[in-house]
Amino acid sequence: MHTTLAFLGQFGDGIDFIFHQRESRGGGVQVGGSEMLDLTWQHLKLSGAALGIATLVAVPVGLVLGHIRRFSFLAISVSNIGRAVPTLALLAFFAAYLGLGFGNVVFALTLLAIPPILTNTYIGVYQVDRDTVDAAHGMGMSDAQIVRRVELPLAMATIAGGVRTSAVNVIATATIAPLAGATSLGFPILNAQIYGPEGQIGAAIVVAVLAVAADVLLGLVQRAATPRGVRLEAEDRERRSFTMFRKRGVQTT
Amino acid sequence: MILELAQVEIHRRSTGGCVQNDGFCPDWIVHNLDRYVDPFREQVVLVVVSVAIGFVIASALALLAHRRRWLVGPIIGVTGVLYTIPSLAAFFLLQPITGRGSLTAIIALVAYTLLIIFRNVTTGLRGVPAEATDAGRGLGLTDNQLLWKVEVPLALPEIMAGLRIASTTTVGLATLAFFAGAGGLGERFVGSQIVFKSNVVVAGALCVLLAVALDLIILLVQRLLTPWTRARAT
Repeated sequence: MHTTLAFLGQFGDGIDFIFHQRESRGGGVQVGGSEMLDLTWQHLKLSGAALGIATLVAVPVGLVLGHIRRFSFLAISVSNIGRAVPTLALLAFFAAYLGLGFGNVVFALTLLAIPPILTNTYIGVYQVDRDTVDAAHGMGMSDAQIVRRVELPLAMATIAGGVRTSAVNVIATATIAPLAGATSLGFPILNAQIYGPEGQIGAAIVVAVLAVAADVLLGLVQRAATPRGVRLEAEDRERRSFTMFRKRGVQTT
Repeated sequence: MILELAQVEIHRRSTGGCVQNDGFCPDWIVHNLDRYVDPFREQVVLVVVSVAIGFVIASALALLAHRRRWLVGPIIGVTGVLYTIPSLAAFFLLQPITGRGSLTAIIALVAYTLLIIFRNVTTGLRGVPAEATDAGRGLGLTDNQLLWKVEVPLALPEIMAGLRIASTTTVGLATLAFFAGAGGLGERFVGSQIVFKSNVVVAGALCVLLAVALDLIILLVQRLLTPWTRARAT
């Protein structure tokens, strides 16, 4: 392993750290290797809990607000304000006012995850074709049935898009969780005196891989969640805009 | 940083009470505002430089892709991956190559802004009504004239919207830049200070203030650059 990865320099050390246990910088403790597996699990536990709670809270609220087509200010501004608050500041705020520990970090991460899901759910429901909803009403569906059987399926892809955005954000932010007293992959990154630069780089690689994997995976979910009719419509639109571009003389290949 | 922590400790012992209990102490805040001046300045420089560089690169890519549309897919793909990699991880992944310091932080922050700005510039350019470009062609404008006199001005609201999102997001990410050795307000959050309420409130408020101020400045520039949108509104 050492020889094959030598050409990668410090990156090689980092990758080696992920797969092989070694003694810590201060000595006495074994770090890396299987410990990384444990840290990854802790990281996913934090992120998963926050994302799960956020979805359970934001999707119903977004569905209701989108259905009654009101309070768009609430649904959309929340995410704009959310973006202006740095995740580190949010985490520090909760650490200072609620205390350190797993639960409070999950709470902070949940607040971070809610805005994109809420906004996307609202927009997803809001942009469902009014004629479709009217037709459902005409068929004698109740409001609850319309939300569940018409608006939710048609908004599913947009909602999944929101969950995807939040998932990447939460996985990224869970890295600084150790500052607020919860273990995650950020632990080696924040404790260079124990783990050394190879531990920092190794953990950074795992975090990056996790984020990209979550993005790709939820991208597939998003595709699968798109109803077939909507997908065909989108492709059709794409094709038409393509010919439009051609007509306008813009170079295409 | 160790020196800073030591200062906080000494301060806590000498002022006692509120500060010792990590409380919210207006007196302490008034007397210690100067502690935030340098980090704030570093943060502003990081954000402004990164967004400016990101804007130049992303706009150039978008203009290139406007002429060669097949480039849109690959550019979105690459910038998408850069956008997805957590910036904190990026700060450490870049260190073997660029070392510690502002350069590393700026590269990572620039990489993060690319997708946002590219997407908005592209959407803006695509959203230009065909009648407008047709009219421009009818006037005998060349491709370049059409781009700069018709398409870019009409795409400005969308472009500026991208710039606003990019700047607010970058303010948040730049608080992590101290991990790359680039300073900034984030430094004020680490160590025992993370439970010190006064400090958290001041540093957090400065971050939000910076984000809001940049947002308003960009909005103002947009108003100045697109006087016709105001005329239509009134």
